[in-house]
Amino acid sequence: MIQLTINGESHRFDGDPEMPLLWYLRDELNLTGTKFGCGMAQCGACTVHFNGEAQRSCVLPMSALEGATVTTIEGLSQDGDHPLQQAWVEHQVPQCGFCQPGQIMQAAHLLASNPSPSDDDIVQSMAGNICRCGTYPRIFAAIKSQVSGKHGVTLVEPDSAPTPATSRRGGQPA
Amino acid sequence: MKRYFDMDRRQFLKVGATLSSGLVLGTHLLSVPRAQAGVLDQPDPSGLRANLFVALRLDGSVEITCHRSDMGQQIRTAIAQIVADEMEADWQQVHVIQAPGDAAYGDQNTDGSRSIRFNFERLRKLGASARAMLEQAAANRWQVEVATCKAQNHQVTHASGKQLSFAELAQEAVTLTPPKAEQLTLKPRSEWRYIRTGKASIDLPDIVQGQATFAADVRLPDTKVAVIARPPVVFGTIKSLDDKAARAIDGVIDIVRLPESKAPAGFYPKGGVAVIADNTWAANKARQALKIEWNDGDNAAYNSPAYKQSLLETVRQPAARVRAKGDARKALSGASLTHEAEYYVPHLAQAPMEPPCATARYAKGAVEVWAATQNPQADQSLVAELLELDKDKVTIHVTLLGGGFGRKSKPDFSAEAALLAKHIGGTVRVQWTREDDIQHSYYHAVSAQRLEAALTPEGKIDAFYHRTAFSPIASTFTAGETKPESFELDLGFTDSPIHTPNLLLERGEARAMTRIGWMRSVSNIFHAFAVQSFLNELAHKANQDPKDFLLKAIGPDRHIDFAAQGATYANYSSSQKEYPYDTARLRQVIEKVAEMADWGREMPKGRGLGIAAHRSFVTYVATVVEVEVSDSGKLDIIKTWVAIDAGAVVNTDTVVNQCEGGSIFGLSCALSKGITFNAGRAEQSNFHDYRVARMNESPLDFEVSIIDSDAPPAGVGEPPTPPFAPALCNAIYAACGKRIRELPIGDQLKS
Repeated sequence: MIQLTINGESHRFDGDPEMPLLWYLRDELNLTGTKFGCGMAQCGACTVHFNGEAQRSCVLPMSALEGATVTTIEGLSQDGDHPLQQAWVEHQVPQCGFCQPGQIMQAAHLLASNPSPSDDDIVQSMAGNICRCGTYPRIFAAIKSQVSGKHGVTLVEPDSAPTPATSRRGGQPA
Repeated sequence: MKRYFDMDRRQFLKVGATLSSGLVLGTHLLSVPRAQAGVLDQPDPSGLRANLFVALRLDGSVEITCHRSDMGQQIRTAIAQIVADEMEADWQQVHVIQAPGDAAYGDQNTDGSRSIRFNFERLRKLGASARAMLEQAAANRWQVEVATCKAQNHQVTHASGKQLSFAELAQEAVTLTPPKAEQLTLKPRSEWRYIRTGKASIDLPDIVQGQATFAADVRLPDTKVAVIARPPVVFGTIKSLDDKAARAIDGVIDIVRLPESKAPAGFYPKGGVAVIADNTWAANKARQALKIEWNDGDNAAYNSPAYKQSLLETVRQPAARVRAKGDARKALSGASLTHEAEYYVPHLAQAPMEPPCATARYAKGAVEVWAATQNPQADQSLVAELLELDKDKVTIHVTLLGGGFGRKSKPDFSAEAALLAKHIGGTVRVQWTREDDIQHSYYHAVSAQRLEAALTPEGKIDAFYHRTAFSPIASTFTAGETKPESFELDLGFTDSPIHTPNLLLERGEARAMTRIGWMRSVSNIFHAFAVQSFLNELAHKANQDPKDFLLKAIGPDRHIDFAAQGATYANYSSSQKEYPYDTARLRQVIEKVAEMADWGREMPKGRGLGIAAHRSFVTYVATVVEVEVSDSGKLDIIKTWVAIDAGAVVNTDTVVNQCEGGSIFGLSCALSKGITFNAGRAEQSNFHDYRVARMNESPLDFEVSIIDSDAPPAGVGEPPTPPFAPALCNAIYAACGKRIRELPIGDQLKS
C-alpha cells in the first residue's frame, strides 16, 4: 500500500509498484492533463511536481511515491491563474497544445527554484521538453515575461545551480 | 467560450429537439453546387442531422460547428471568426462545437493547407445568411423595410434607432425562409470585425489548465486499453506466437491476432498481436512478454545505405520527362560554364506530440470512435468496411489532435480500435507508444535529386535540368507502384519557377519498401531544399549576390503556364485562374524578407545569412536565416525572418505562429538523421534517436511579415516549412563555406 498526496488530496495505491505515476494519474485517477509523449523521459509531456521538483511521471514508479506530494497541471492553480498559465494565454503560446501542460509544469518549477533565471537557464531548463509544433519562441517569451522584476528582487544564484534531474539528458539528445 | 466536444453537442441537439427551439441553419454542401452553399435549410425535426453549421440558442448564444480537425492550426477559432464576423455575432456569445465525420459537411480531410482556402467563401455566405434572417425577423416585427434594419454585434438596429437582440429575434427567425445564395451580401473587408485579427484560440484556457480533450483523454465507462505488437517489416506476418507469459500478467483480458496486412498498404492496420488489458501499464508489460516470431516477407531486403545508392544511380540516368522547354541537354553540352550537384534527404517521421490513439465503443451492431483524426470520413469508411457495417452505423468523433503533420490522415489506428471493440463487444482504447509511432509510421519519402545548369558569361541560367526520384506515396494505394503521381511531383518540382530558355524536368522510379505518406508540406521539403540550395550554389559560381541571383533566376513578373510546357499540374486542387503561379508575388516576398533582414549587411567572421523562397499550397514564402558557425563546427541560429503572402488571411496570430513553428519543423528536417532501415526494420524508436528540434537548437528570435493581400485565401499550415532548411544551409555556406547537400546536417560542419 502506497500513500501519497496528489493536488492536495490523499490517495492510496495498492497496484503494481512498478507502474509509472503517469498511468496511475491517467488511467486510475482520470487526471488526463499529464500527457503521454514518449515513455522514457525524452519529451517532458508528462512533467509533474514530485516533492517540489519537476519530474517525468512516465518513468517514476509508484514504489518511489510513498509519502510523496505530487502536483499535476490540474493542481497548479485554482482557476488557471498561475502567472505562467496567464503568460501562456497572453503570449498565445500553444498550437496543438498537447505538450503545453508539461511545458508549464517544467517552467513553473524553474521559476519556483530560480525566480530570475538567465536566458540560458531558461533554455537549458526547457530543453528536455519537446514541442513538435515549434512554439519554443513563445514558450521562451512567456517564461521571460515572468522573470525580471516580478518580485522586485534578484536572487543570488548559488555557485552550482541544481539541474532538474529530468532535464539532464534532454538538453543533449544522443 | 467553453469546452465543447461532441458530448455537449449531442446534448444540445437533444435539448433543441425537445424544445423545438433555436434557429438552426444548415447547408447541404455536397448535394448542391458550391455557389448555393449559403442556402439554408429548416432544422431537421429529429434534431439529429449533422449538417449544421450555425445554431442560435434562445438565450442568444451562437453555436458554430467546426467540421475540420484542429491539429494546432487553430481552425476551430478561424471558422468561428469567419461565421461570427459575417453573422455580426458577439464573440463572447460564440461557442464552437466539433463536427463528427459526415459527408454532409463536404470534404473534411484536414490536409493540404486548404481548410480556409476551400471554406472561406461558403462559411462567409452561411454567416451572411444568418445575418439576413435576423434582419428580416426584425423587419417583420417592426413592419419596416428590411433594408432599414442592420445587424451589428448581436443586435439588429432600425434606422430609427430601436433595437432588438439576437435572443429576442431567434424564435421569429427560425420560421423564415432562408435567402437564396444570390441574394446574400457579404460584408466589405473594411467592416470585418474578426477576420484578419489575431483572436486567441478558443481552446487556449482549456489547454493551459490541462482540460483540453486529446485522443487519449476521452474517458468512457469501462474502457479497456490495448497496445499492439505490429510486424517490424511492412507486410510481415506472424510465424509463431507464444502468449502464455503475457496472459499471466495481472490485468490482461485478452490477446488477439489482427488481420494480416498486404499490399497496397492503404489505410489498413498493419496487423500483429493486440494485448487488451485493464490499463495501459498492464498492456505494455504484457506486450513485452509476448514471444513472437515473424515472417518478414520481401521488404526485409530494405536497407537504407543500398537504397540510397540506388536512388542516386536513378537520378544519374535520363528518366521520364515531366516538363520541358527548349533543349536543356544540348545547351548543357555546349556550355562553357556548367554546374551540377546531387541532393539527398532521408525518410522522416511526422512524430506528432500525441502518438496515434483512438477509442472505440461497439454495441448493438454499431460503433462509435473517438479519434485524433485529420480525416474522419476516411475513418468512417475504413471502419465500416472492416466491421462490415453500413456507414450510418459508424460514428467518428474528432478530438483535438495533439499534432498531425499528415500522420493522422491515415486512420489505421481507428480501425484497430474498432476491430478490438467489436472483438470484446465493448470499449477499447488503442494507445500507440512513441516506439510504435516512430517504427510504424507512413514515412516521408526518401529522395535523391540531381541538378545541372549552364550559365551564360553574365551569370544567367541558360539551361536547367532537374531529376528527382523518391519512394512514392502512390505505392501506398497501388501495390508495387514505382512512379510518383502528379500530386507528389507538383510539389516544388513540376512548378519550378526558373526562368530559362532551356528547362528539363524528369522523374525516376523507385520501389517503396515501407509505408509512405504525407508529412507537412510533403515533397516540397526535399524539392525546395534541392532547388533553393542549388540556386545558391549557382549564385556563388556566378559571383553574384544570392538574393539578386534568386530574383533573376525567377525572372520577370508573369503567370507560369505549366501546361504549355507539357506538364500536368493540379495546382493544389485550386484553379489556376483564381490561383495562378504568380512570380510577382514570389518576388515580393523575397524583396520583403531581404528588407526585413537587412540583407547585404556586413557580417562578422563565422556569421552568414541565407535566403530561400518557395511557393507551395498556393502561398508564397521567403525565409532568411542568420547563423553563426564556430571554428569547431557548432551551429547557432541567431535569427529568422519570414515573409508570407497567403492571400487574405483569417487569423493573423495563427499565421505568425505557423511561420515560427513551420520553420522549426523545417529545422527538424535538417537536424534529424531521419528514419533508416536495416533488414526492413526502422532503426530508430524514440526521441533519443529520432531527433526533433528542441528549444536549445531552435531559433527563438523571429520576425514574420504577412503581406497584406486581397487575393483569395491560400494555405498557411505547410508553406512556411519548405524554405527553412535551404535558407539555413545557404546561411551555413555563407558563414563557413560548407555546402550541405545531404540531410541531416549531422557532423558535416565539424572539420
